[in-house]
Amino acid sequence: METKFEFKEIQSRPERLAPGHRMCAGCGGTIAVRNVLKALHPGDKAVIGNATGCLEVSTFTYPYTAYEDSYIHNAFENAGATMSGVETAYNALKKRGRIKENYKFITFGGDGGTYDIGFQSLSGAMERGHDMVYVCYDNGAYMNTGIQRSSATPMYADTTTTPAGKCSAGKTQYRKDLAAIIAEHKVPYVGQTTFIGNMKDLYTKAEKAIYTPGPAFLNIMAPCPRGWRYDAPSIINICKLGVETCYWPLFEVIEGKWILSYEPKEKLPIEEFLKTQGRFKHLFKKENEHLIAEYQKEVDKRWEQLKERCGA
Amino acid sequence: MAIKERMSGNEAIAYAMKQINPDVMPAFPITPSTELPQMVSNYIANGEMDTEFIPVESEHSAMSAAIGASSAGARTMTATSSAGLAFMWEVLYVAASNRLPIAMAVVNRALSGPININCEHSDSMGARDSGWLQIYAENNQEAYDNFLQAYRIAEHKDVKLPIMICQDGFIISHGVQNIELLEDDKVKNFVGEYHPEHYLLKEDEVCSVGPYAITNFGMEGKKAQAHAMDSAKKVILDVAAEFEKVSGRKYGLYEGYELEDAEYVIVAIGSVCGTIKDAIDELRSQGVKAGLMKVRVFRPFPAEEFTDAIKGAKAVAIMDRAESYSSQGGPLGSELMAAMYRGHLKAEAINIVYGLCGRDVNVAEIREVYAQLKDIEKNGAAGREYQYLGLRD
Repeated sequence: METKFEFKEIQSRPERLAPGHRMCAGCGGTIAVRNVLKALHPGDKAVIGNATGCLEVSTFTYPYTAYEDSYIHNAFENAGATMSGVETAYNALKKRGRIKENYKFITFGGDGGTYDIGFQSLSGAMERGHDMVYVCYDNGAYMNTGIQRSSATPMYADTTTTPAGKCSAGKTQYRKDLAAIIAEHKVPYVGQTTFIGNMKDLYTKAEKAIYTPGPAFLNIMAPCPRGWRYDAPSIINICKLGVETCYWPLFEVIEGKWILSYEPKEKLPIEEFLKTQGRFKHLFKKENEHLIAEYQKEVDKRWEQLKERCGA
Repeated sequence: MAIKERMSGNEAIAYAMKQINPDVMPAFPITPSTELPQMVSNYIANGEMDTEFIPVESEHSAMSAAIGASSAGARTMTATSSAGLAFMWEVLYVAASNRLPIAMAVVNRALSGPININCEHSDSMGARDSGWLQIYAENNQEAYDNFLQAYRIAEHKDVKLPIMICQDGFIISHGVQNIELLEDDKVKNFVGEYHPEHYLLKEDEVCSVGPYAITNFGMEGKKAQAHAMDSAKKVILDVAAEFEKVSGRKYGLYEGYELEDAEYVIVAIGSVCGTIKDAIDELRSQGVKAGLMKVRVFRPFPAEEFTDAIKGAKAVAIMDRAESYSSQGGPLGSELMAAMYRGHLKAEAINIVYGLCGRDVNVAEIREVYAQLKDIEKNGAAGREYQYLGLRD
C-alpha cells in the first residue's frame, strides 16, 4: 500500500495517548505507542489492547485512563487472544447490524508479554488471520517486574536474573528473532523499526500495519532508561546506533517479500551501541574484550542472513 | 408443543447453543466437552446458526478471547472440562471482575493426576471462588434447561457475572436420555436480545476495560462483585419461575426429593442424585424416612435456603465428588457444615467423598449411607465425619 508522510500534519494530530500517565521520563514504550497511534487516520475509530506491563499499569490506573479510544487490558500472556475476541465480536455485531462504524484493532505488549509468555497467544491470533495489529515495544527485558531477562534480551546484558558478576558476563544467549518468526506465519505485514530521525520509518510501517487487511506485526525497539541504564535524552542516539551497527536492522516483510528498509553506508562496530548503556558496562573490562569480538561475529552473521533474505 | 427427543447431554447443550445463537464462541477441544464446539461448528457449517466461532489454540486463549468478545459487546459462550478449565483459571477471575456475562458449558471431569477423563467435580469446584455463578444438572434435561436460563441470569442488571452450566462428564454428557426441547421461537423470546450498557464497540462512547486498581479502589470492586453474587439468588429464582411458565418444568436453588418429612438426608450434586432417588424409593417402601436435597445452585451458595430445607433431619450425609485435601472433607461438605453451624442446626452431619476418577456409585452403596445415618443418629458420628465411599479394600 502507498503511504504518505507529512511530518507537520502528522505531528499536529491530536494525541490518542493523553499526557498525565505515569510512565518514566525518557521511556521508549510511550514514544512507540504515541507514534503508532498517530498513524491512525484522524476520525478512524480503534480499540487499543494491552498486555500487562509498565504500559498498562501506568496508563490505566483506576479511575484514570490515558486512552482516547476504547481500550482493553486482560492479562500478561493473552493480548493476542484478547484482541482476536474483540475483532471477532466486531465481525459478529457488524454482520448482525448492531454496529455500523468501522474500527481498527491495535494491541501493545512488551517483549516479555510477546516473545515469551504471550508467544502462543500471539501465534494463534496471527495464524487465525484476525484483522489486527500486534505491536511489540521491545525493551529487551521484563522491565515492569524489575529488569529480568527475556528471550528478547540482548546477549551479555546485565539483568537481575542474568547479573554480571565474577562468574558471569550477563545473559549467555543472543536474542530471539521474533519478527522473522511471525513473518513465517505468512501474515500480510511484518515490520521492524525504532525511533529514527523524524519517525518516518515508524510511521509508515505503522500505517501499513494498521491499514493492511489481516494480521500484522510490528516490532519496535523501545529503550528503557532504567533497564538499559542511560540518560533519558540519549534515547534517540541509542536507537540510531542500534540501527547503524546493524544490531537492530530496519526491515519489513510484505506478503512474504523481505525488504530491507535501511542499509548503513558504513556499518559501525557493535561496541558503539554497547558502550552507550550501563547494562553492557562489564564488557568493557580488559578481560572481556573477546566477548565483544564474539558479539560482533553474531551481529555480522545475522545481518548477512537478513541481507540475503532481502536480496540486498 | 414441546419437542420430544432422545439426546446426550452434550447434544442437548449444543442444541440450546444453536437455539440461542450467541454472537461469539471461542473454544478448544478437551474430552468430554469436545463435542460442544464440534456440534456448534457443524450447525454453523450447515447454516443452522451463525455464531462467529474462534478455533483458538488453547483454553487460556478461549477464555481470553471470550473476555475480549464480551467486553466488545458480544453475547459470548464457550465450553470446557477439567484441565481446560484449570488452564483458564487466571482469566476466570478477570471475566468475573470485569462483570462479563459469559456462559460456559462445563462438562465435569477429574483433574490430573492420574490423568483421567471421567467424571469428578474437582474442576468446577476448584474454580468455585473465581466469582462465576455455578449451576449443576442431574440429567440432560436439566443441563439443557439450565443453559437456556444462563444468559437471563448472567446478563441481569443486578448480576452481570459469568456463569458455568455444569453437567457430569460422560454420565450426562454422553449418556442418551429422553428429553423435551422447547421450540426455537419460545427460546428466542425467553432468552431475549443482549443490550449491554457499556462496551468497547459502543459507537457513541469510548470504554476502558481491565484497569490497574490498587489499595485505594480495588477492594470496592471486590465488594461489588460479592454483592452481585448475593443478588443473583433472587434473579435465579425469578428466571426459573418465568422458565416454568414456558416449559412447565420447575427449578429452584435446590430440589427436594422426599425431603419434607425426611429424617435421614443426603445432600448431593449431579447425576448421582438419580441413584439416590432410586434408593430412597426402596427405603420409603420399607418405611424409612429417607430424603435428598439436590444442590442445583452452588454459586451463589444458598446457605439459608439449604439449611432451612434440611432443618428437620436427624442425620445428614453430604456427598462430594471432589477432594479438597483439607483433611476435613470436600467443598460442599465444608460449606454446608459451616452453613449448618450458622443456622444452629443440631443434626449430625458427615461428609462422604465418592465417585472420584469416575468410580461408579450404585443403589446398594447409597442404601448403606442411609443405614449409616440411622446408626449415627443413635451412636454419633465420631470417627465417621469424613469418609470415602466405594474404595477398594
